[in-house]
Amino acid sequence: MTSEIAVKMTGIVKKFPGVIANDHVNLEIMAGEVHALLGENGAGKSTLSNILTGLYRQDVGTVEIGGKKVEFNSPRDALNAGIGMVHQHFRLVSTFTVAENVVLGESDSSLFMDQKAVATRVQELSDRYGLAVDPSARIWQLSVGEQQRVEILKVLYRGARILILDEPTAVLTPIETTELFKTLRVMVSEGRVVIFISHKLDEVMAVSDRVTVLRGGRTVGTVNTRETSTTDLASLMVGRSVEFNRVVRQTPADRERIVLDVSDLCAFDDRGRVAIESVSLSVSPGEIVGIAGVAGNGQRELAEVISGMRPITSGSITVDGESVQSGRARSAIAKGIAHVPEDRLHTGLAAGHSVEDNFALKNYRSMSRFRILQRQQIRNQSTHLIEHYDIKTPGSETPVRLLSGGNVQKVLLAREFSASPKVLIAASPTRGLDVGAIETVRERLVQAADSGVGVLLISEDLDEILSLADRILVMYEGRIVAEVEAAQADRARIGLTMGGITA
Amino acid sequence: MRSPVRLERRLEQPKWLNWVVPLASLVAALILGALVLWITGKNPFDVYQRIFERGFAGKRAFSGALEMATPLAFTGLCAAVAFRMGLVNIGGEGQFYMGAVGASYVGISLGGSPTGITIVLMCLGGMVFGSVYAAIVGVLRARFNTNEIITSLMMNYLAAIFLNYLIFNSKSFWRDPDSPQFPKGKTLNARADWNTYSIFGIDLPIAFLIAILAGSAVWVLYKRTRFGFEVGVLADSPKAARYAGIRTTSTIVIVMALSGALAGLGGAADVGNFRGLLDAKGIQMAGYGYTGIVVAALARRNPLVTVVVAIFIGGLTKAGYALQGPDFPSGLVGTLQGLILFSAVAGEILIKYRIRTTPRRSEVVA
Repeated sequence: MTSEIAVKMTGIVKKFPGVIANDHVNLEIMAGEVHALLGENGAGKSTLSNILTGLYRQDVGTVEIGGKKVEFNSPRDALNAGIGMVHQHFRLVSTFTVAENVVLGESDSSLFMDQKAVATRVQELSDRYGLAVDPSARIWQLSVGEQQRVEILKVLYRGARILILDEPTAVLTPIETTELFKTLRVMVSEGRVVIFISHKLDEVMAVSDRVTVLRGGRTVGTVNTRETSTTDLASLMVGRSVEFNRVVRQTPADRERIVLDVSDLCAFDDRGRVAIESVSLSVSPGEIVGIAGVAGNGQRELAEVISGMRPITSGSITVDGESVQSGRARSAIAKGIAHVPEDRLHTGLAAGHSVEDNFALKNYRSMSRFRILQRQQIRNQSTHLIEHYDIKTPGSETPVRLLSGGNVQKVLLAREFSASPKVLIAASPTRGLDVGAIETVRERLVQAADSGVGVLLISEDLDEILSLADRILVMYEGRIVAEVEAAQADRARIGLTMGGITA
Repeated sequence: MRSPVRLERRLEQPKWLNWVVPLASLVAALILGALVLWITGKNPFDVYQRIFERGFAGKRAFSGALEMATPLAFTGLCAAVAFRMGLVNIGGEGQFYMGAVGASYVGISLGGSPTGITIVLMCLGGMVFGSVYAAIVGVLRARFNTNEIITSLMMNYLAAIFLNYLIFNSKSFWRDPDSPQFPKGKTLNARADWNTYSIFGIDLPIAFLIAILAGSAVWVLYKRTRFGFEVGVLADSPKAARYAGIRTTSTIVIVMALSGALAGLGGAADVGNFRGLLDAKGIQMAGYGYTGIVVAALARRNPLVTVVVAIFIGGLTKAGYALQGPDFPSGLVGTLQGLILFSAVAGEILIKYRIRTTPRRSEVVA
């Protein structure tokens, strides 16, 4: 590591209506290091990186790249200065191919694109960095994990020297994460700089050279990773000591009975290819069944099929012995299936709608008389849920998209839990949330199970599954390839099965 | 070179923007129009004054504005209803023609029935024809995901050809057999004429009242009903709608049918309240369907405001016809309408985004 300063941000202030997102933030990054930016949701990490990438302009403060003061008026200026960002929310054109997305917006792209050359180059990059993806596939056909690889490729393709990765591991499995970390190390060894935004402490410890912690829009401090610990970082991040305890179950599962029974299920993905192949599983009342697996192995489709959003080609789904109609979300809802989807803001919620409308998203039919909505009833439900689930929102009529990530998830959970479901499908329920919110969500899941709900927890976070589930199923290429009792689970072995290796 | 001005998405959209921006875009359109007038050697103030006098000032002028506003209110509602769900129905024009065909069929067939019944049945005839015609676009969109802008536009041409066929190229039921030399539609029985009330000397066509009623009904439908809620969610996020078990396909078809029914109602009004026959040439010249899009855009898709804006655009259009002459080019009002549409659409961006100016690029390191 050289001592040359690659990026220096001094006294950055950025205000939004009603919030100071960055309040005199300082950040200093050396050439050839992986620098982690750690903080809870709303700590100002995203704003800071958006300023560095030219998306926003700071109100006050200076940015220096390689010792020279810069003014970015657009992301292109930042790109020209060698800064590339891999966003948490992907910025890809879903109808375009991987290769097309990679060259999209290239400054020197000619009128006609040399598809073949681009594809070859993309292939080279993806081989070199272990970012497996088919250059000719279209974005909408890809899993979230694969889409992220495209985002990384896009930045690499443009030869960025300073890479900012916003929560890159959120969508990755343990194996993929390890791979990514290798990639990052290769990059810094080539003299690049990686800014790694995260709130996963283990990962920050594993990959970074130094860590800058932000809290409430201010810089708390910068520390050398080698001289710190997860506990220290956690307390810096939240301003208090947090202990990671396994939440204790009050009531054990009733293994005698079965509430959700899925048998011999097959379904296609968006591409019309088999995504789920002969999947059979059952969940007992009060049981948490974890589904582990690498993103893109049929988990999303499985959640969609059970919640009636995707038709099945064969097999059956029953709740308490009553069968759920294929591809009919209303039928699934009526049978008592609650669903917390992976894509909260645009699938689980209507982001532009108010908090109260989102609470009524599934029960508005019952909140109407002669097909006229009973607004007062909707408002009352909202007031109750906001209080009961401790949701921080300016009001019932605030659009959900204006809420913070943790509160968005709380709105969704409040609606799904309050419907007193029999079965709950939760897909990556804590992804992208801060430590505090993660705890709340996990507690709620356990509470639901304690009250007799059968929970199917689909998560790429193996630790989450290990700490919450009673039983663990591993999905690989659309099949359930392994089943273990959580008590007897061996982390390493599950990791291997997720990678398709069965002993 | 990048412009120092850029757009930043608004986190919140203040309520006052909803009426300030459309008004400002109207003013902007008038200023741009004045520029066009000035370039062509006319005095903008003079021209605008004459438009105002002939379009709105006085009982006669206002009666004319209302007459012109009636069909525009219906086609405006047609566009607004679809826009609300993110469907761009350019087909109001063709649906209007089909409504006129349906209503005139009913009107001619009924002959001597009492006026009240005739009005109701003609309205139904127009709505059925307009909605079925629009529903075709809806089905194509919902089932095969075809672009409704293109299909609805193409169907306008089909409707025009059909209209010409009925009156000019066949001995259809609609064509007046007593006028073989000058092809025209059969004139409706006098009892099929819709009422026009005189209030303080202003002619108020019953169809305009129906338009107000229709606008209110649409407002209630979208603001207060379950169906309106479903349409809102679908417009916001189709995935969330699917997730909540909202029937996407049928909702799209119903919204298109409703949109077409409103245009069809306009066609019925044209036959019953104004022309008294299926005037193939007249309604094609008028282009109510296209102007309705301007009305809906300026009204920001609000059904009640749409009816009000229709009066404004109606008066403008009427004045354009009345003033047409050597010193008042016929394209002027059309130009103004175009400018209004552009400004309204541009204004729409200002409601969602705000303009940020960035200092001139002093130093950008490559």
